[in-house]
Amino acid sequence: MTTTLRKKIDYVSPSRQRWMGGIQMALALGIWAIFSRSLETGTFTTFVMTPGGSEFELPNWIFSTLPTLNTFAMIAFAFGAYQFIKGFGKRTNLILSIVVGLFVFSFLSWATAEKSINLAGLLKGTMVRAVPIALGAFAAMINERAGIVNIAIEGKMLAGALVSVLIGSLTNLWIGLIAAIIVGGLLAWVHGILSIKYKTDQIISSTVILIFATGLTSFVSARFLQKYQHLNSSGIFHSFPIPILSEIPFFGPILFDHNIFVYAMYFFLFFLYFALFQTRWGLRLRSVGEHPKAADTLGIDVNKTRYMAVILSGMMGGFAGAYFTLGSVGRFDEVMTAGRGFIGLAAMIFGNWSPFGSFGAGLLFGFADSLASKLAILGVNISSEFLLMTPYIATMIVLAGVVGRGQMPAASGQPYEKE
Amino acid sequence: MTNKEKESKNNKSSISVFFDEVSRSSWLVPILAIFSGLLVGGLIVMFTTDEMYILIGDGQIFEGLSLGFRAMVDSFVALFTGSFGSPTKIIAALQSGDDLLIRRAFNPFLESFVASTPYIFAGLAVALGFKTGLFNIGAEGQLFMGAIFSVWVGFAVKGLPAIIHIPLALLAGALGGAIWGFIPGWLKAKTGAHEVINTIMMNYVAFRLSEYLLRGPLMRPETFTPVSPMILESAELPRFFESPIRFHLGFFIALFVAWLVYWFMFKTKWGFDLRTVGANPRAAKYAGMNIVRSTILAMVLSGALAGLAGANEVLGVNHNLALAFSSGYGFDAIALALLGKSHPFGVVLSAILFGFLRNGAIRMQIVGIPVDIITIIQAMVIIFIAAPAIVRSIYRLKEPKESDEQTFVTSWGAN
Repeated sequence: MTTTLRKKIDYVSPSRQRWMGGIQMALALGIWAIFSRSLETGTFTTFVMTPGGSEFELPNWIFSTLPTLNTFAMIAFAFGAYQFIKGFGKRTNLILSIVVGLFVFSFLSWATAEKSINLAGLLKGTMVRAVPIALGAFAAMINERAGIVNIAIEGKMLAGALVSVLIGSLTNLWIGLIAAIIVGGLLAWVHGILSIKYKTDQIISSTVILIFATGLTSFVSARFLQKYQHLNSSGIFHSFPIPILSEIPFFGPILFDHNIFVYAMYFFLFFLYFALFQTRWGLRLRSVGEHPKAADTLGIDVNKTRYMAVILSGMMGGFAGAYFTLGSVGRFDEVMTAGRGFIGLAAMIFGNWSPFGSFGAGLLFGFADSLASKLAILGVNISSEFLLMTPYIATMIVLAGVVGRGQMPAASGQPYEKE
Repeated sequence: MTNKEKESKNNKSSISVFFDEVSRSSWLVPILAIFSGLLVGGLIVMFTTDEMYILIGDGQIFEGLSLGFRAMVDSFVALFTGSFGSPTKIIAALQSGDDLLIRRAFNPFLESFVASTPYIFAGLAVALGFKTGLFNIGAEGQLFMGAIFSVWVGFAVKGLPAIIHIPLALLAGALGGAIWGFIPGWLKAKTGAHEVINTIMMNYVAFRLSEYLLRGPLMRPETFTPVSPMILESAELPRFFESPIRFHLGFFIALFVAWLVYWFMFKTKWGFDLRTVGANPRAAKYAGMNIVRSTILAMVLSGALAGLAGANEVLGVNHNLALAFSSGYGFDAIALALLGKSHPFGVVLSAILFGFLRNGAIRMQIVGIPVDIITIIQAMVIIFIAAPAIVRSIYRLKEPKESDEQTFVTSWGAN
C-alpha cells in the first residue's frame, strides 16, 4: 500500500524557475571566475583513490585541471540557461543538485591543483561523519512524523554517549550500547509525559530535556570521570570489512569497511523507509502526525502512538550518542556532541522529513565536516569555519522556501485532545 | 468546551496560550518550583556522593546516608556563602577595619549581581519574544554578535571620551544582536519559516563566525591564542569599588533597560501592538495591526537586548573577547523568562536569583560539586514551571479557575 497523505510538488512557479536558472548560471560563472581564472595552463590535480590502510590499491586519478574546470563551467551554464528559459519542471531540484555538485567538485579540483588529496579518504570520512547527523535526523523524523516537535536530540545523544561509556567500561561494549539506547528512551519518555500528558509546549519541553541532559552529563563527568578514569575508557567498536562488498573497486572500502554504526545507519535508512511507508504501522504513525482527529476517528490511539514514536526516537538518539564514544574515541568529554544533534535536525528539514532525504542531507553535511578537516592540509586560504557554517545556512535557505517548500507533517507540534 | 471557544483558542498563537496558562497560576508556583528544583539538586548531590556508597557497601547504611546528607548540607552552605559571602568573614573584616579585607568579604555578594547583569538583558530578550508569541532560542548567538560588535568598537575606535565611547560600544553591541535577530524575524514574517529553527541555526553561524574572527581579523596582534585585543579604558564600564570587586555600572543600566522594556511593552502603542500580535494574531490582523512589522520589530528588539548582554560582559567584566566566553547565558535566559512569567520585573527578580545561583556554584566547586549542578536545577525549575500541574499535584494546590492545559506550537515551516 503506497497511499501517501502528502501531495507531490511538481509545479514550479515561473519566478522560481528564473531564480533557479539564475543561481545555476551564477555558480557556473563562479567556477570560471573564481577557480579557472586563477589557474595557469598545465596544472594537474591528483586524487588519491585508495583510503589509508586499504589493501585494494587503485591508481591515482590525475587530470588536467583547467580544461576540466572550463568544461564543468560550460555544462553548468548550459543547465542554468535552459532552466532560465524553459525550465526543467519537476527535475528542477535534481538539476540544481547536479550543478552544485559540479561546483563542489570544481572547488576541490582547484584547491588540489598542483597538489594531491586523498579523495577516497575524504569520502570515507564523510560516511563516518554522517553517522551522528543521519541518525539524529532519523530520530527527529520519527518524532515529527508523529506530530511531536523535538529539539532535544542533542541531549539524548549526550546521555547516550555518557551512559554507553560508563556501562561499556564496567561490562562490555554491547551492554554499553544497549544501555545508551535505554537511557535515550527514558529521557524521551519524560519528554513524552511533558508533551503528551501535561501538554506542555513541545519546544519548551524539549528544551528542558536538552538543558537537563547537558547539565547532568557534564555533572557526572566532572564529579566521577576525572576521579575514576577507568570508568571512562570503554574501548571502541573496531571496523570490519564486509566480505565481497568491500572488494568493489573504489566504493567498496569507502562504503563497506566501517564499524557497526555506519552499517546501522544503512540498515535504519532502509528499515525506516520500509516501516514508515510500506507498513500499516507507518501509515498509522504518519496519520497521527498529519491529522490526529481523522486518525482518532478511525480508531487509532493518538497519544499511545505518539508515546511510542517519542520513545523510539529517543532510543535512536541514544544509539546515535553511543557513536561518539563507542564508535569513535572510547571516552566521554563534556558536551562532546558539539551541536551534531542540531545539525541532524537541520538534515531532517533539509531532507524534507523523509529517510532518504535525511540520509542524503546527512552525507552532504558530513562531507562539509570532512572537507573542513582537510582544508588546512591543502593550505587553501579559506577558513574551515565558513565551510562548517554551510549546513546551517543551507537549512535556513531550504526553510525559507527558496528551493521549494518542504512538506512537513501537518499536525507537528500540536497536542491532541480527545473530545 | 464549545466549538466556538475552541476556535478562538486555535487562533491564538502558540506560546501566548501557554503563557496565559502559566500566568494564571499564582505566584506560589514559581516559588515552589524554585524550592523543588533546589531540593532535586540537593538530592542529586547526595546520591552522587561516592563515599556514601562505599560506607553503605561496608554495611554502615546509616553512617553512609548521614554522610550523603552532610554532603548535601555542605553544598548548600557553600552555595550560600559563595553567593552572599560568609557572615563570619564579613564580621571579622568589619572588626579589623582593613579596606582590602572588607572588600574581599563583600565581594561574593556584589559578584552575584555582576553575574545577574547579563541574565537580566538576556532574560528580557527572551521574554519580549514570548510576549509577541515568538520563541527566541537564539539569544546565545545574538549575545555573541553583540560581544563581537562592542569589542570591536571598544578597541578599534580610538580617541573618544568615555562619555561617548561607552554608549557607542553598548549601541554597537545592541546593533550586532539586532542584526542577528532581524534575519530570523524577517524570515518568519516574510516566508513563515519558524524562528526556533532559524535562531538555532543562527546560533551556530554566530559561534563559527566568532571562531573565525578570533583566529583571524580580531586576534590580538602579538599572540597566537584566539583572544581579541583589550578594549580601551575609555570603553570600560566604570566599576564602583577597587579590586577585587567587579561590580560595575552595567547592573544599573540593566535595571533601567528593564524599566524601559516595561514602559515600551505596557505603556506605548507599539508595545500594545506587539502584545496583541502575541496574544491573538488573527484579532490583531483584523484590528489593522501590521503583523509583519510587529514580528520583525520584536525579533530586532529581542536581538538587541541579547546583544546588550554580550556587550555588558565585554565592556564590564572581561574587557576582551575570548572563544566560548558566554557559557550558556542564552539558554538559561529561556528558563528565567519562564520563571519571571515574561514580565520585565519578574525577569529581573529571576535573573538576580540565577546570578546568585551561578556565583554560588563557583564556591560549590571547592567542595567538589561541579558547577553543572546549576544547569540541572534550572532544568528542574523549568519543568515545574512549564507543567504547573506537576507542582500542583505534588503540593496539593488548587487548580486555577478556567484552567486549560492546552497549548499550541506552530510548526517549523510555512503556515
